[in-house]
Amino acid sequence: MARGKAVEVYNVSKRFGSYQALDQVSFTIHENEFFTLLGPSGCGKTTLLRMIAGFESPSEGAILLNGAEIETLPPHRRRVNTVFQSYALFPHMTLAQNIAFGLENLGWDRKRREARVAEMLELVHMTQFAARRPAQLSGGQRQRIALARALAPEPQVLLLDEPLSALDLKLRQAMRDELRSLQKKTGITFIFVTHDQEEALDMSDRICVLGEGRIQQLGTPAEIYEDPENRFVADFIGETNFLAAEVLSVEGDMARIRTPFGLEITARQKGLTGPGPATLSLRPEKIGMQSQADGHVLQGTVRGRNYMGGFTHYTVDVAGQPLRVSRRNALSHAESFEPGQTVSLGFREDSARVLAQ
Amino acid sequence: MSAPAHDIRRYPGARLVTAVFFLWLYLPIAVVIWFSFNENRLVSVWTGFSTQWYAAALQNKALMDALRVSLTVAVIATIGATAIALMAAMVLSRAPSKRIYKLSEAVVNLPLMLPEIVVAVAVLILFSQLGIANGMVKLTLAHTAFCTPFAFLPIRARLQGMSRDFEEAAQDLYATPLTAFRRVTLPMIAPGVFAGAMLAFVMSMDDFITSNMLNSGGSTTLPVYIFSLIKRGTTPELNAISTLMILVSLAIATIALAMSARAMRRDL
Amino acid sequence: MTRAALKSFRLWGLVPAWALMGLTLIIPVAIVAGVSLADRGPYGGFNWALNVSSYREILFTMGWTDELEFDPKYLVIIGRTLAYGLATTAICMALSVPVAYVIANARENWKPFLVYLVTLPFWVSMIVRVYAWLIILGNEGLAEKTWKFFGGGDVDTFLFTPGAMLTGMVYSYIPLMVLPVYAAIEKLDPALLEASHDLYGNRWTTLRRVILPLTWPGLAAGAILVFVPAIGTVLEPMLLGGGKQMMMGTLIQTQFGGGRNWPFGAAIAMVLMAMVVIVLVLNARRAAAIAREMEP
Repeated sequence: MARGKAVEVYNVSKRFGSYQALDQVSFTIHENEFFTLLGPSGCGKTTLLRMIAGFESPSEGAILLNGAEIETLPPHRRRVNTVFQSYALFPHMTLAQNIAFGLENLGWDRKRREARVAEMLELVHMTQFAARRPAQLSGGQRQRIALARALAPEPQVLLLDEPLSALDLKLRQAMRDELRSLQKKTGITFIFVTHDQEEALDMSDRICVLGEGRIQQLGTPAEIYEDPENRFVADFIGETNFLAAEVLSVEGDMARIRTPFGLEITARQKGLTGPGPATLSLRPEKIGMQSQADGHVLQGTVRGRNYMGGFTHYTVDVAGQPLRVSRRNALSHAESFEPGQTVSLGFREDSARVLAQ
Repeated sequence: MSAPAHDIRRYPGARLVTAVFFLWLYLPIAVVIWFSFNENRLVSVWTGFSTQWYAAALQNKALMDALRVSLTVAVIATIGATAIALMAAMVLSRAPSKRIYKLSEAVVNLPLMLPEIVVAVAVLILFSQLGIANGMVKLTLAHTAFCTPFAFLPIRARLQGMSRDFEEAAQDLYATPLTAFRRVTLPMIAPGVFAGAMLAFVMSMDDFITSNMLNSGGSTTLPVYIFSLIKRGTTPELNAISTLMILVSLAIATIALAMSARAMRRDL
Repeated sequence: MTRAALKSFRLWGLVPAWALMGLTLIIPVAIVAGVSLADRGPYGGFNWALNVSSYREILFTMGWTDELEFDPKYLVIIGRTLAYGLATTAICMALSVPVAYVIANARENWKPFLVYLVTLPFWVSMIVRVYAWLIILGNEGLAEKTWKFFGGGDVDTFLFTPGAMLTGMVYSYIPLMVLPVYAAIEKLDPALLEASHDLYGNRWTTLRRVILPLTWPGLAAGAILVFVPAIGTVLEPMLLGGGKQMMMGTLIQTQFGGGRNWPFGAAIAMVLMAMVVIVLVLNARRAAAIAREMEP
């Protein structure tokens, strides 16, 4: 599908004093895309968002909006709107006035403004609250108004700065679906910043994982989870076991390795060129225990058990190496394992990943 | 909810001290108001109710002249001090804490750190050196200076409590920096600006030390005039004047506090 | 607007404040320092010079035989100023702890009203407040009548006594103490009181070992706010002290009438300012020490 480019980021770096917040970052965001910048706090994701909005300027590099250079444009001349983490709803204005604010500054006439405000209130199911002030709203309602206010001027790109972080768990889940459907309905490019990997995996078309000021990986949610580019991504997204491994040979994107248990396997690799030390990444839910064990079978002893409701996490000792194993608590508790119990573990070669140290 | 038998938060005697404290706080005000309605010429001998001293006060030309001077100086000083304080607060609240900003903040608050009598002496000598003879000019300049920190503190507090997000949100929604200030920042800090202006006005109206030092013909302020009356002896007319001043002060204070309380509720 | 222009705009906002304070405070105070070293003029005013005679005058008078004789009369005034300042501060501290404590523990919807009641008299003109005490303490005033009602003996007058002075000064400045102390007590976590009692502390140990130490920053802040204006005060000594209780503020004031000694007044003003600066510097050091302690 050939789509236009909404935002292009070229070799952008940002330094604050001696601190390097972003280092040579480049990527392209397509029109109509739900794009997520994901990373731990301090990874530079918010800085990047603020640069697109115009509140910071890059130390080096360029940002293009719909193919046009925006460096010289102040925030109020960029057709980009932001949903702030704090929502930043103007407390002295009614909700309708909040939504109309951007339209007034763009010079829309009264009739058009009122129609648009009504339309936006409708869109976020808040029509009956038009005359209220932000202080009278709940967190979820504020969130919706912040969205309506940012969407009203029909921006080319909508920036969302951790908009769900102030909401409680249940509401957050509901808002995810709502955000996603709003994006599809409006067809506006969304750039979403979060440190919550679950949110990112759930909503995004593509995710850009940022760490230490650099892009660690850019791809679809499935690519990021299943095929992490490096140790950082495998560690940050989901849970995994890292095992020291010895690379025997590399052939294309496959590597032959020896595991600490003495096992030799062939698995997908990233970033390796030849023999030497490497890391084996094995997700806890991809390890089978006892009867499900197939492929290469290992012997181990259960050391710890954490009952989590829908899941139980086990720590299993295999030849002195602790392994995290996750099992769904499906139909019965029949397959519960006791600490001290001896079990056999197995995993399929194609669910293991070999990464550079 | 009933208090436990042994309430650890209660201290015997503390409530009594507090009650006496509040009585003591309002006793002088009550006494002045009470005796302002006394018919007798002697201040402290009550003989009957009368409003004659109010009539006398309102017909006192020297008093009205002093009031006019005080109001003129206070209005100009309030406008000047609030404008200067607002500009300084905008700069200082939006800047990183660099040396020059810390120093500037200290300079704005300087009148609070120096004893007023020193400031009064200093401006007196300055004006005598500059050869400025106009009493109103001297008063207005000096009042603007010592009112500025009183206007500055509430504005600064308000700006510090206001997240930068609001200004950024305004600019993000296509407001120019000027529009953002006019339509978002200013309305949001308005309670602080109002409180600051009120404080500045009251401080100017109340000032005795500086105004007395700079006193010259035609620029006698209300407190300085009252002082000269007190020197001549206490009279019921003085009580009437004081009562009027108390009522005006209390009204201004109540309005100012009520407005800031309302603003707090709105922003919650 | 370019970013550079925005940056310079930032500094422009400070220019009026600097100009105003420079013109009316910084330069004038420097001039006062200069005048304190000048010769006195024959009819008030001064002639520029560089001598310390005005400062010498604080301690010595010129005797009949042109010899300097030690004369403590100005030292007494300085000492009295300090004593009244410290006494006012101490009384305000002692009073404000129970008052602030009761307000902080009042019902939630009462608190703002009680705080409002504390601040309200402060808005009334200083001269009116001092005048009110003049009536109460004056001849045949409320104080005297109450005294006699309770069988007190004949009194000459309550005015012009240290008690009258302190009453007026405490009355003038106490809201400046109650408010910071209240702010400190308000922040106190009730669980700390419960913990103290849980660990076998009674009310008084809790007050001494938990409440007061945690209220100390508020008390210290209030002490500065009270002490600085108290040592510069003019109205109370003039009206309630009746000339018998000369303080530095009144001494300075009397030196600036016509035919008086401006350089000597300026020298006393510099001494007063030095006292304030010392207090502020000590306070800043204390605050810095506390800030250092708080750091990990």
